[in-house]
Amino acid sequence: MPAFPEAAHEAVHNQTLRGNLRHATHTIRAKRANAVAEVSDWAELREAGKQIKDHTLRHLDRYLVQLEESVTAAGGTVHWAADADEANRIVTSLVKATGESEVVKVKSMATQEIGLNEALEAEGVNAYETDLAELIVQLGKDRPSHILVPAIHRNRGEIREIFAREMSEWGRPAPEGLTDTPAELADAARLHLREKFLRAKVGVSGANFMVAETGTLVVVESEGNGRMCLTLPETLISVVGIEKIVPTWQDLEVFLQTLPRSSTAERMNPYTSMWTGTTDEDGPRAFHLVLIDNGRTDTLADEVGRQALRCIRCSACLNVCPVYERAGGHAYGSVYPGPIGAILSPQLRGTESEIDASLPYASSLCGACYEVCPVAIDIPEVLVHLRERVVQGGAVTREGAKVVLKPAKGHAAERAAMRAARWAFGRPGVLRTGQRLASRTRRFHPRTLPGPGRAWSETRSLPAVPAEPFRDWWQRTKGGQETRGGKDTSK
Amino acid sequence: MRVALFLTCVNDTLYPDTGRAVVKLLTKLGVDVDFPMAQTCCGQAHYNTGYRHEAEPLARHFSDVFGGYDAIVTPSGSCGAMVRELYPRMGERARAEGRGDGLATALAPVVPKTYELTEFLVDVLKVTDVGAYYPHTVTYHPTCHGLRSLGLGDRPRRLLQAVRGLELKELPGADECCGFGGTFALKNSDVSAAMGADKVRNAESTGADVLCAADNSCLMHIGGTMTRLRTGMRPVHIAEILASTEEERA
Repeated sequence: MPAFPEAAHEAVHNQTLRGNLRHATHTIRAKRANAVAEVSDWAELREAGKQIKDHTLRHLDRYLVQLEESVTAAGGTVHWAADADEANRIVTSLVKATGESEVVKVKSMATQEIGLNEALEAEGVNAYETDLAELIVQLGKDRPSHILVPAIHRNRGEIREIFAREMSEWGRPAPEGLTDTPAELADAARLHLREKFLRAKVGVSGANFMVAETGTLVVVESEGNGRMCLTLPETLISVVGIEKIVPTWQDLEVFLQTLPRSSTAERMNPYTSMWTGTTDEDGPRAFHLVLIDNGRTDTLADEVGRQALRCIRCSACLNVCPVYERAGGHAYGSVYPGPIGAILSPQLRGTESEIDASLPYASSLCGACYEVCPVAIDIPEVLVHLRERVVQGGAVTREGAKVVLKPAKGHAAERAAMRAARWAFGRPGVLRTGQRLASRTRRFHPRTLPGPGRAWSETRSLPAVPAEPFRDWWQRTKGGQETRGGKDTSK
Repeated sequence: MRVALFLTCVNDTLYPDTGRAVVKLLTKLGVDVDFPMAQTCCGQAHYNTGYRHEAEPLARHFSDVFGGYDAIVTPSGSCGAMVRELYPRMGERARAEGRGDGLATALAPVVPKTYELTEFLVDVLKVTDVGAYYPHTVTYHPTCHGLRSLGLGDRPRRLLQAVRGLELKELPGADECCGFGGTFALKNSDVSAAMGADKVRNAESTGADVLCAADNSCLMHIGGTMTRLRTGMRPVHIAEILASTEEERA
């Protein structure tokens, strides 16, 4: 995966993609603002969400043990996975133990994060995505571009074409003469999926929340496919990140208000499904919870960066981010795109790769993401913190052990420039000499810059250097005192 | 009241007209303003690019230069935000790293006394009509750090509305970032340029002659884009509008 700027290059110049993204993000942005404005105590809800999450993260060890006890007492089985490979091995063996070769899936970021579909496929198990947008992505052999709206980068015409071309490969074909009207597209997906719901014996889900005191898992969704997957199969396997826990049932009160308004701009989710272990004659006979770490406790060890684990995956930050809007989700090289992805991926995966080292810079630090975040993650603060990690190195926790990172490669020239600038700025006389030199040579300044400056002058004109820097004017005129009365020689 | 002008390194070097306008405006309003010659840079570019340790001596230098004044006024929302929002954070981090209270103590005096220009006018001088005359159609872009870090709110707009001859046009998507973002403009130039072009197109749609903002760094990016896209619009710092008078016919 190339670094973010290269990955974004193509998207920025793809006008169809830009149009699709712009339309979708602006629409949901406006709706969200209205939905949030309806709630008089939004600021308090946001603060409460932040507090609950921070408290839980501080005592994560205790709440995880409590959750395991509650789930076990309710008839479920808890499995612990340190990383993606372990999680995939556990799920694959659970599926194989049922003797089945296909599973239906509820949209889940955790299973995408670990690459579960690919791992199952390698073992001869077909995983069918049942969320409409995930279905579009899966049929199109594409990657999701958004946390909540994975096919945000596709328009209706493209979706119609994917359905008509691919559905027959996976099951029931698209109806003849399918048009691109939303109702017809939804109906085609409905018929295609219904077959799978009724046939599948194994369901795989994630969860939006896990309640420690009751062992209850919660999925919120809009289409009802999730509820089908959670109730119809005989075996249900839920793969969830360890940070998704809340201590009590009452804590859901906060998040079931803030999540839907922040994500889909709805007052409540059309479907809120909750399951607690197993129940005789109702729902799955077997329930497995696979708890994944995959870099989360390492993230938790970082005092500034750990706030990223508060995230409830609403994607409000994606929808307001001007960088996401132009670069699209794929450029982030992760299942977590946008501002939250820019701080989550380099923490979960480390900053060693080119893409992960570039993600903290994929932001103009405009702060819109922090403003909309329903759990008040100060994304700009974490971005700057991670930039520091990239350019200066320092102590971090990897796989539970303290390691000292070296500064990333490729920043040597920048580091030298920053040091030189700091040296000059520490000496007003040097700064002044530099300013005067720039003023005196201004007639010879090029209109385009060489080296890294080319990135500026390719699309933007350079400012003209004035004949006299301010400080010289100030000293010459004593702050304008000597020129007052119309004798200003500075112009 | 001893008031110091913190002009910022960018304005000092590239936009002295803005500095002269601030001096003229504050003097007209009865403020005796000083320009400490030892001032250089607040360290924002260093800090935001990840070089916090290079920014620390610059913050200390800032504090040494400006510590003795009752108020520090700056015509830059982002440099103002650097002092007000990030200096305390730098002090806290140094403490968390076991380097003691030294940095926090050194920076504390300047933090509450630093004001962005429009904030100083409205909150400290309690003035919204500064007696300016500017016969142009103007649209206002609230820059991100002024808007979200400092919470300037409607102060700049109130000041502009009181300017005689000025017709204010609403900018569509005003609160969206222009794409400057310091080193972001170089590191992610494709995205930055796309954001700038969208900002300029929105500004053009208002039919205004002038796009005004309270930060010359953002204006440098927007103005550079305007020139390249041949819009005929001009970027102007709000201080220059507020300092314009009828006698001069700006």
